[in-house]
Amino acid sequence: MALKTKINAEDGKQDMLITREFELPVELLFRAYAEAELVEQWMGTKVIKLENKQHGSYQFETSNPQGVVVLKMNGVIHNVIPDELIIRTFEMENTPYPTQLEFLQFEKLTNDTSRLTMHVIYKSPNDRDEILKLPFAQGINMAHNRLEDILKK
Amino acid sequence: MVRNVRLEMNTHEVSFFLHVFICNGKYDLVTVDSFFYRKTLRSQITALYLQRNDCIMKTRRDIFQAIADPTRRAILTLVATHAMTPGAIADSFDSTRQTISKHIQILTECELLTQEQSGREIYYHFNPNKMKEVAEWLMPFAKMWDDRFNKLESIMKKHKTNK
Repeated sequence: MALKTKINAEDGKQDMLITREFELPVELLFRAYAEAELVEQWMGTKVIKLENKQHGSYQFETSNPQGVVVLKMNGVIHNVIPDELIIRTFEMENTPYPTQLEFLQFEKLTNDTSRLTMHVIYKSPNDRDEILKLPFAQGINMAHNRLEDILKK
Repeated sequence: MVRNVRLEMNTHEVSFFLHVFICNGKYDLVTVDSFFYRKTLRSQITALYLQRNDCIMKTRRDIFQAIADPTRRAILTLVATHAMTPGAIADSFDSTRQTISKHIQILTECELLTQEQSGREIYYHFNPNKMKEVAEWLMPFAKMWDDRFNKLESIMKKHKTNK
């Protein structure tokens, strides 16, 4: 299975590049980041606040299927150039993960295709690696819980 | 009673299967089938199983721990270009031979370095296959973003045609 998303995280560095090409005009790709209703749909999170402008900020809240809020995220927006650039911070509230800095670059490839490059800078190489390991660790925990459930039956 | 359970796990839409044999309320044998997880997850699950059943297992060194140290990364970079003796490796660093020897031991334990005897000398080689295991840890992260972006793409395509 080939992924369209490329992750480039060099050993020992505290940053990472996430690159993806879309079959979308750059204007539509940018709108997916700029409009709250659209962000809610593809991120699967509730948008409490989204001020996409210089000195703006944002707040997201993700709930589980029972409606309990499981993750609150927020950040400040440093700069926005429509169809080109968003510079912002990202923080997961009440977690040990430090705030990260994100440079989102939107590029037109053709009239119908575009590229997004996310350059994410972490507090330290170790903090970056902890974030990288998160989805893997979740998989392990889920496997573990499922085994426990089966044993109880 | 022995039960054979096949569990389908799904994390960020990466599916994998666990084959579990349950005997007397303990899980007895676990294998994992998946495109992404293969060896790394299998050893993690085995470690969990052993922990839960109070078995003593030989600690397997975490490959991430191994490459987190700057000196060990420097050793890997050095040896990656050509096989070297422990003496030649130690000469490239200001640290004591004992310190470097400890680093080499850790890298060898997690199989990032392999030994080869040549006459009276031992040469250390870099094992690139082992580094691929690190890349496997990255896969669920890449998959998580890929799923998100696929969703973004399909939502925006609809958005485009609806207008």
